[in-house]
Amino acid sequence: MPEILPAGTPAPDFTLPVTPDQKLSLSDLRGKPVILAFYPADWSPVCGDQMGVYNEILPEFQKHGAELIGISVDGPWCHDAFAQDRGFHFPLLADFEPKGAVARRYGVYRDGDGISERALFVIDKDGKIAWSYLSPIAVNPGADGILDALENLPK
Amino acid sequence: MATLRTPVDPHDHTQGDPNAPCTLVEYGDYQCLHCARAYPIVKRAQEHFGDRLLFVYRNFPLTRSHPLAESAAEAAEFAATQGKFWEMHDLLFENQDRLGPDLYQQLATQLGLDPAALVDALDSGQFLDHIRAEFMGGVRSGVNGTPTFFINGERHDGPFDYPALVGAINAALANS
Repeated sequence: MPEILPAGTPAPDFTLPVTPDQKLSLSDLRGKPVILAFYPADWSPVCGDQMGVYNEILPEFQKHGAELIGISVDGPWCHDAFAQDRGFHFPLLADFEPKGAVARRYGVYRDGDGISERALFVIDKDGKIAWSYLSPIAVNPGADGILDALENLPK
Repeated sequence: MATLRTPVDPHDHTQGDPNAPCTLVEYGDYQCLHCARAYPIVKRAQEHFGDRLLFVYRNFPLTRSHPLAESAAEAAEFAATQGKFWEMHDLLFENQDRLGPDLYQQLATQLGLDPAALVDALDSGQFLDHIRAEFMGGVRSGVNGTPTFFINGERHDGPFDYPALVGAINAALANS
């Protein structure tokens, strides 16, 4: 079982589809903190709640200048439908081809299940992992850990 | 394990004995279907445990998915200023499919409150800071959706059907 990348590790860069015809690279966001929220699947009840809470508190993340990114192995069209249905105001990245490649590099891919773990990373403005957290897959981790980590970033 | 960081205090809406050995805190949203499903389950648990359970309700309106959740919370806070919080809380959940200004005024009248004062209070937004503060207190405690329950300060991560909720409260009572 690979280990989730710990704090202090440089965050592996990646480029993934953010819509069916646009891509986003982690390095595009250098200079501001990034919250990377890996989740198992669009539409599953726990994920929907988790992303719904994050959507609601986006202004709190923005107070820290942070960008929130959701990421799962679902394809961009699926993300598009999910985001529209729920009214999300943050990007969902498709770790779809090769499947789960980014999740593997962060140590949060579940081989037997073909999905990513429910895992959170706060990456600092210089691209280093400042905090990471692996949640039990059935437990929605909420946002308290993220906000604590953002507050603890060096100013 | 997520724990409640905002202790229960005199500003909270509570039902039951303040010295009860178990405190159940719910973060809820009046427009959330799961909260409406939890509402009679909590009531039944309150009847079952009687003096052994203190129940606390706090607002956690997910306004982007539930556009009427915040105004419903304001209506309940308005009722609270005249000692009718729980009556309004119950009626809002019992009439969840009709949330909106017309219902709030009708319920105010039904509870002997001044419907015009309710309209003024909602227009002024006077309860919004309080509701927002409660919401953020919930976020900092690890509230991750609605309803989220804390039993003696620990987030309850399992299902909240009646047997599960009663089982979790029994476990907390055994530890207290």
